[in-house]
Amino acid sequence: MTTKFTADHEWIDNEHQDAAVVGITLHAQDALGDVVYVDLPEVGRSYAQGEVAGVVESVKAAADIYMPVNGEVVEVNEALRENPALANSDPMGAGWFFKLKVADTTQFDALMDPPGYDDLLKTL
Amino acid sequence: MSADATPLLHTPLLHTPLHALHLELGARMVPFAGYAMPVQYPAGILAEHRHCRHEAALFDVSHMGQIQLRGDGAAAALEHLVPQDIIDLAQGKQRYAFFTNAQGGLLDDLMVTRRADHLFLVVNAGCKADDTQHLVTNIGHRCTIVPMPEHALLALQGPKAVLALARLNPAVATLSFMTGGDFELAGAHCFVTRSGYTGEDGFEISVPGAQAVALARALLAQPEVKPAGLGARDTLRLEAGLCLYGHDIDTRTSPIEAGLTWAIQKVRRPGGARAGGYPGASVIEGHLTMGVSVKRVGLVGLEKVPVREGTAIVDAHGSPLGRVTSGTLGPTVHEPVAMAYLAVNHAGLQQEVYAEVRGKRLPMRVSPMPFTPHRYHR
Repeated sequence: MTTKFTADHEWIDNEHQDAAVVGITLHAQDALGDVVYVDLPEVGRSYAQGEVAGVVESVKAAADIYMPVNGEVVEVNEALRENPALANSDPMGAGWFFKLKVADTTQFDALMDPPGYDDLLKTL
Repeated sequence: MSADATPLLHTPLLHTPLHALHLELGARMVPFAGYAMPVQYPAGILAEHRHCRHEAALFDVSHMGQIQLRGDGAAAALEHLVPQDIIDLAQGKQRYAFFTNAQGGLLDDLMVTRRADHLFLVVNAGCKADDTQHLVTNIGHRCTIVPMPEHALLALQGPKAVLALARLNPAVATLSFMTGGDFELAGAHCFVTRSGYTGEDGFEISVPGAQAVALARALLAQPEVKPAGLGARDTLRLEAGLCLYGHDIDTRTSPIEAGLTWAIQKVRRPGGARAGGYPGASVIEGHLTMGVSVKRVGLVGLEKVPVREGTAIVDAHGSPLGRVTSGTLGPTVHEPVAMAYLAVNHAGLQQEVYAEVRGKRLPMRVSPMPFTPHRYHR
């Protein structure tokens, strides 16, 4: 199982450790409503876990995107920049936000697995 | 991403007569002016907005205040509180108006319609208690003020609104923009005006609360009609260049600064037969004759980043020019649109200014409003 979740409703897929994929969850896009704009992180820049890496904006509000683990951003989703609605229509696939080189896999291991995230959703 | 920071409310929210229907339709409810109101339905804000511009959207605006002013002196009395011509407002005609304060600012904006035996007012939900008190305190001795809390208010807006509503009563098609009349709709006695808050052709329907759900269902049964919430209501009115009280206009903004001079009829302006006589008249007349130092303008973003309320507007050197009072990414125009108050010498059309968003200066240009053309049925 290569996908883990954060308490901020983001997912990270570590199948390719040099290019782990990060996005927002189904719950997150539903809570936001129609996404109209995304501000993506800088490629080549390193961020610490919890640092604000970008912004996702819906019609009504803006929300920060946090770095799920320490790492260097290696790619951003230009298709999402062009078409922010992908974050609603396919948040777990084509609506990915950015890819990063994971600096510390223990941080990744400490994140929630899918059943753990489902349990979190039940408490909301 | 960051969690929604809505505080937990312990005061129970009020419900409109359509509350259960909203839940049945899958609405996402939010607190607004003390009511539980639908911000969107499952289709989402963008789809609801577009449906309004292309077909017909049904809004529940029952949270707004509906008030009757009765008595022969009602029109003259109301002219003591608004700079509009009410005395010569003909039967069946509707007018946009505003309550002013002693500083020449605005207490609320409202719609006034002359009906057979009274003046019919529709005021903002957040102001209705204060507005009612304002009326009672200042003109309660000159006319009878009758709030209508048992009535619902529905707005059916869009180019196909008339098609849909006419199936319930063909006579509604005879109304023109800013006129109203009494019509039977789905078995209910309704008062209908051809007006709204979207820039599109459409109707606002005052219906007894007990019959509101039946009317709403009859409208939703029309193929052109889909429900729309407050989220779409806000993006629609913003693209239409219409002010939202408490954001684009408030107690600190004069109607002249707000670009609402057109709403003050000649007879109430300096030199007119019934000039003055409302709170703050000297300030407002000063603005009319001497000009203002700030004015509300439209701004269009040159980059596709939403520019929202509170954003600072600066010039190319970073000197402050003003602040945004409303802003969104316009779903019809596909650009960021905003309203801002700018110093008048920087408020010329096509002038380039900058919005400071997350540490960056985003170029915008001063634009005429509305951002999308009005399509009223005149």
